[in-house]
Amino acid sequence: MSELKVTAIKEGTVIDHIPAGKGLKVIQILKLDKLNGGALLLAANVHSKKLGKKDIVKIEGRFLSEEEVNKIALIAPSATVNIVREYKVAEKFQVEIPSEIVGILRCANPNCVSNHEYTTPKFYVISKEPLKVRCHYCERTMEEKEILANL
Amino acid sequence: MWKGRDVISIRDFKKEDIEHVLKTAERLERELKDEGALKYAGGKILATLFFEPSTRTRLSFESAMHRLGGSVIGFSEASSTSVKKGESLRDTIKTVEQYSDVIVIRHPEEGAARLAAEVADIPVINAGDGSNQHPTQTLLDLYTIKRTFGRIDGLKIGLLGDLKYGRTVHSLSEALTHYDVELYLISPELLRMPKHIVEELRDKGVKIYETSDLESVIPELDVLYATRIQKERFPDEQEYLKVKGSYVITLDLLKNAKESLKIMHPLPRVDEIHPSVDASKHAIYFRQVFSGVPVRMALLGLTLGVVE
Repeated sequence: MSELKVTAIKEGTVIDHIPAGKGLKVIQILKLDKLNGGALLLAANVHSKKLGKKDIVKIEGRFLSEEEVNKIALIAPSATVNIVREYKVAEKFQVEIPSEIVGILRCANPNCVSNHEYTTPKFYVISKEPLKVRCHYCERTMEEKEILANL
Repeated sequence: MWKGRDVISIRDFKKEDIEHVLKTAERLERELKDEGALKYAGGKILATLFFEPSTRTRLSFESAMHRLGGSVIGFSEASSTSVKKGESLRDTIKTVEQYSDVIVIRHPEEGAARLAAEVADIPVINAGDGSNQHPTQTLLDLYTIKRTFGRIDGLKIGLLGDLKYGRTVHSLSEALTHYDVELYLISPELLRMPKHIVEELRDKGVKIYETSDLESVIPELDVLYATRIQKERFPDEQEYLKVKGSYVITLDLLKNAKESLKIMHPLPRVDEIHPSVDASKHAIYFRQVFSGVPVRMALLGLTLGVVE
């Protein structure tokens, strides 16, 4: 049954094992709702052996890049990404919170130099659970809520 | 390797780095006393870029460079520079490094010194970036403690005042995690040390006591590090006045203190320490000011590669 759910698209990406309730956020962060063409499916509150309940997002006709995967890792560290070709899982990998987050997150501190000068924002992950990062420039820490608001 | 190294955040310092700076400062202080002027930095130029005003920090850096035999260029406010015309910090740094061998920067934005260090090929020393870091203040604080007591380990150190916003106490407590000390965090409820810092200190094995009652812990302390409580931090003036009054260090308050208690303050002070305390054996805050010169001489000499 769960195999069917994962491979029901022809070409594209299936993001599995998203913590229940975070599926919509994954869609928002990846701006998948603005996709042209391919189908976008969200399965919410699906039974999961690992998580109890989980969300699944399926994106037809699009393969996620590593940078996009990192964005998912920040809000759904347990997620697995399946790249599907011809209805089969061609690649499967677990997203991982990187030790450094470069370029995809803005600093929440309005007085941080990274919000005023030309820089590539960079953060160090100081805790994965609960998620906590420290800005390379201003050294302020941000927790999950602020991180999500600044992706 | 110290030559070419930047001094941006106390977080970047291992214990051996701190110890090396303190030892070098002590050596330079002695040499300066014996020989008068030194010549280590002859022909070298320090650029002091103060985008925000400062008295002590800028003058002590300039004094340190002159005492090392070098010379100084720079500005003490951004309004007289191209920054006013809209020049980016990047371009200012790229320009200034063509004229100098080491840069000292104070800037109102947090992270500015880190960015400057990334842009510049010559060493950059942070003299304060917004409310973030002021590493040379922390090093001179440690130097003052070490020169006074001969050690840092084993001391009971009280941090007093605005522990919530005060960057000096944050950096100092961070640096003290390298030593075997007990910390007494003394502040009004509203200005307590942020929880994540207290947790970090405890995780690193520092014994911590939090209180709002200065009088009761005075007899325990070897060092009392006072800081200024800023009026604008309080939502209501009555609250401020109440707190302000309870943290004035007077000779009367010090009656129960150890003979050897030393009082420090990063200055400027407003009225945290009554002037009558200045003449007592407890006051070392002007000696602390003096420490700024040898510590900054050490940092300039080491990063320039003219002192080992």
